[in-house]
Amino acid sequence: MIMMTYISILIILISNIMMFLSIILSKKTFSDREKNSPFECGFDPKSSARIPFSLHFFLITVIFLIFDVEIALIFPIIKLFKMTNFFIWSKISFFFIIILLMGLYHEWNQNMLNWTN
Amino acid sequence: MMLKDMLMIFLGLIILILGVLIGVAFLTLLERKVLGYIQIRKGPNKVGFIGILQPFSDAIKLFTKEQTYPSFSNYLVYYFSPVVSFILSLMIWMLIPYYYNLISFNLGILFFLCCTSMGVYTVMVAGWSSNSNYSLLGGLRAVAQTISYEVSLALILMSSILMIMSFNMMKFMIYQNLIWFIIIMIPLSMCWFSSSLAETNRTPYDFAEGESELVSGFNIEYSSGGFALIFLAEYSSILFMSLLMVLIYMGGYELTLGFYLKISLISFLFIWVRGTLPRYRYDKLMYLAWKMYLPISLNYLFFYLGLKIMMFY
Repeated sequence: MIMMTYISILIILISNIMMFLSIILSKKTFSDREKNSPFECGFDPKSSARIPFSLHFFLITVIFLIFDVEIALIFPIIKLFKMTNFFIWSKISFFFIIILLMGLYHEWNQNMLNWTN
Repeated sequence: MMLKDMLMIFLGLIILILGVLIGVAFLTLLERKVLGYIQIRKGPNKVGFIGILQPFSDAIKLFTKEQTYPSFSNYLVYYFSPVVSFILSLMIWMLIPYYYNLISFNLGILFFLCCTSMGVYTVMVAGWSSNSNYSLLGGLRAVAQTISYEVSLALILMSSILMIMSFNMMKFMIYQNLIWFIIIMIPLSMCWFSSSLAETNRTPYDFAEGESELVSGFNIEYSSGGFALIFLAEYSSILFMSLLMVLIYMGGYELTLGFYLKISLISFLFIWVRGTLPRYRYDKLMYLAWKMYLPISLNYLFFYLGLKIMMFY
């Protein structure tokens, strides 16, 4: 753990130094309004880039959240294998994966996974 | 004793980081060469001896380019997100399973999943903070894509973990002593390969930086150092994904030369795919993740659970 902390500090230092070096090394620099404006094929930016979020992406994220929690619940069955009774372990994991699969098919059936309606 | 050990670990890690960086440099050279020969031209062949020194001159050129300060950008976040992505992709390399001188993780696979999920944030923040419409769209797409492929990636990983019943990456080489997992689970390994293509935003699925619609995607406002760091992070994650594929499916015994040859074979496959396949369509990509890979990996997980129970019983 201590070693990992030291190594992480080393990695953080290395990457910060690389970024800092590139800022120092880039001598030739000037800035004007046209150059610093956001890239939009040479025109002034037409609309603000802080647009609201698309609902599709939000729904995908919600589905992802469900499945990620389920994955987080699946992982302990590896460690539980050596701690619990084998039959109970196999029953629990079978039922859990069946429920997951049924949930996926239910979502598919309800057209939650469709990208366009 | 303790101090000496720590010194040795530190030295090993510095050598590891240097090796990763040089490997990434030569991976870019390999990519340019292979793409050149795919398109019947020569690729870089002038700098140094037949183009060997090309990546280093590219790096020097890239780092001495001009650093821009986009107006209206959230500058601090804009500055630090490539740094953070580079940090994360170097941190993943701590996982490389060696017998001595590096860290041996008991829960290495969980660490890998944590690091890859953190990588999403840097792309999203880089896209959002540079205040351009193209980069915001690229960031959103990258987030949705990486998120949805992460689910299937974790589930595919899960069924090979069920075979070894441990999160330790060392165990893979013990259990694949007699037979590679790619022979036991061919469909899953193919799914793993294309999910890792999507996870690293490589070409058939590179919607984060699709040149034809989004100019350059989430990294459009980045110039010298930031772009170089994003680039390095992306390529080192490609290398790590190919390392993981070799480790999990192709008999990962990493003290032989063959291991490294297999890694370069898989990373050559990444480049080959880029040279041949056209870009996918975004909704089809989402369908591929949610309607193909997720059911396949769940069903196979069920199957391998049954296999495990049958073998154990």
